[in-house]
Amino acid sequence: MKLTELFRQGKFVVTSENGPPKGTDVAEMLENAEAMRGRVDAVNITDQQSSVMRLGSLAACSLLKQRGIEPIFQVTCRDRNRIALQSDLLSAAVLGIENVLCLTGDYVGLGDHPDAKPVFDLDSVSLLETVRRLQNGHDLANEELKGKPSFCAGAVVAPEADPVEPQIIKMEKKVKAGAQFFQTQAVYDPRAFESFMGQVKHLNVPVMVGIVLLRSAAMARFMNRNVAGIRVPDALIEEMDKAEDRTKKGVEIAARLIREMKGMCQGVHIMAIGTEKLVPAIVDEAGL
Amino acid sequence: MLISEQKPMEEILGYLNGDRSVFLLGCDGCAQASHTGGPEEVREMQGRLEAAGKTVTGSTVLDFLCERAQVKLGLVPFAGQVAAADSVLVMSCGVGIQAAAASIDKPVHPACNTLSLGGSRGEWQGSERCMECGDCVLEWTGGICPLTACTKSLLNGQCGGAKNGKCEFQPDLRDCGWHLIYERLRKLNRLQLLRDAPINIKQYSRMQPPKEIRNTPRWSLDVRA
Repeated sequence: MKLTELFRQGKFVVTSENGPPKGTDVAEMLENAEAMRGRVDAVNITDQQSSVMRLGSLAACSLLKQRGIEPIFQVTCRDRNRIALQSDLLSAAVLGIENVLCLTGDYVGLGDHPDAKPVFDLDSVSLLETVRRLQNGHDLANEELKGKPSFCAGAVVAPEADPVEPQIIKMEKKVKAGAQFFQTQAVYDPRAFESFMGQVKHLNVPVMVGIVLLRSAAMARFMNRNVAGIRVPDALIEEMDKAEDRTKKGVEIAARLIREMKGMCQGVHIMAIGTEKLVPAIVDEAGL
Repeated sequence: MLISEQKPMEEILGYLNGDRSVFLLGCDGCAQASHTGGPEEVREMQGRLEAAGKTVTGSTVLDFLCERAQVKLGLVPFAGQVAAADSVLVMSCGVGIQAAAASIDKPVHPACNTLSLGGSRGEWQGSERCMECGDCVLEWTGGICPLTACTKSLLNGQCGGAKNGKCEFQPDLRDCGWHLIYERLRKLNRLQLLRDAPINIKQYSRMQPPKEIRNTPRWSLDVRA
């Protein structure tokens, strides 16, 4: 089912994400997906996350779809030119995939194949525009399609980026290019998120706040130093530091953030990064 | 030599739409040889702009606009004329346009597309400035080229990877190009340009130097030498 349908019904939409394995053994990935069955509305499948070569998002999405778990096909522009991207979008459509998330993708130098040729023929904005044109029955060369796809196309934004204005300008462009929902980078400061939502109100597009499950104070400090657009406040780091049971504390913080921000937005995107089995606990504790 | 072509006049007039007065800056280097920005072309451009109702506050043709220090020095005698203009139209390769943008606190409009380096690089040493894409976008980006300034050569805005104005890749070495573009446009009070810029799906075919260039004696001599 398209996420747009859920937003239309006024549902607070819950998504999480799952990374394909490096290799062909999909058992663990499917186990993680199984743990989320019925607990989230859809599961993002990452596309060579952090530029690390893995099983493809399209194949993994198809496996989930076959099992009745709604996938969100993440598509980045790092590894494919416009011919391959359009072709994969058509392939996704015939495999029954209805939700796509259009991303630029990390630079190749950050991953495990730094010598690869970076592509970036399109970017997140022009990829959204591409989805729109395909849905209208033509490709980027304006050639007519025999049968056209129909997707719910989403995009991402970082509400705590500094400065946030270029992010908002790009978000406006993404909406113009056809983005129907947004998942955000992790947010840890409800006040900052409230201010962000105030600034993008005019766009009238569903926003799903991003939650990254904290596993330790060290992880929080690492993200503050290295991950763009993420700012974990000192108070939360201290809370993690003092916790006896860090797993429990991480879940508690995630649930608390969701409860605090639920009223400000239209959904939540939970990123458990390797501990997907904790997602149901977060959903329960957040009262979703 | 950097080979350039003049953009269509209607595109240039579109860039100058909000400006009543303009200062013209040409180049006595490759742009003169390409017949796109030498003294003669600058004179012609002045006539066409005046015919379109624009006031040309002044003009000059500098030696090698691609050398930023030369641009700064060369513009000193024209400071008053530049100050009197709403903007500056630069008739040179992409390096020269960026050298001018980096030297003038005013909107700088590109008058040319850069087609090929054709044998030699621009003179602004220290970094790469122009990819000879054949479809110059400097009008929309504050005179900073996103193809060369952004590690991913993104054309439609900043990605989510920038932190503290630095690129996600080699942040100790690389600025985020789109952060630089944002800061420049903010300083010029022209952020609206980012919002107005059409969604760019680049015609990468134009990065191939056109056949006419490949057919010139200079090109063949160079290739066969």
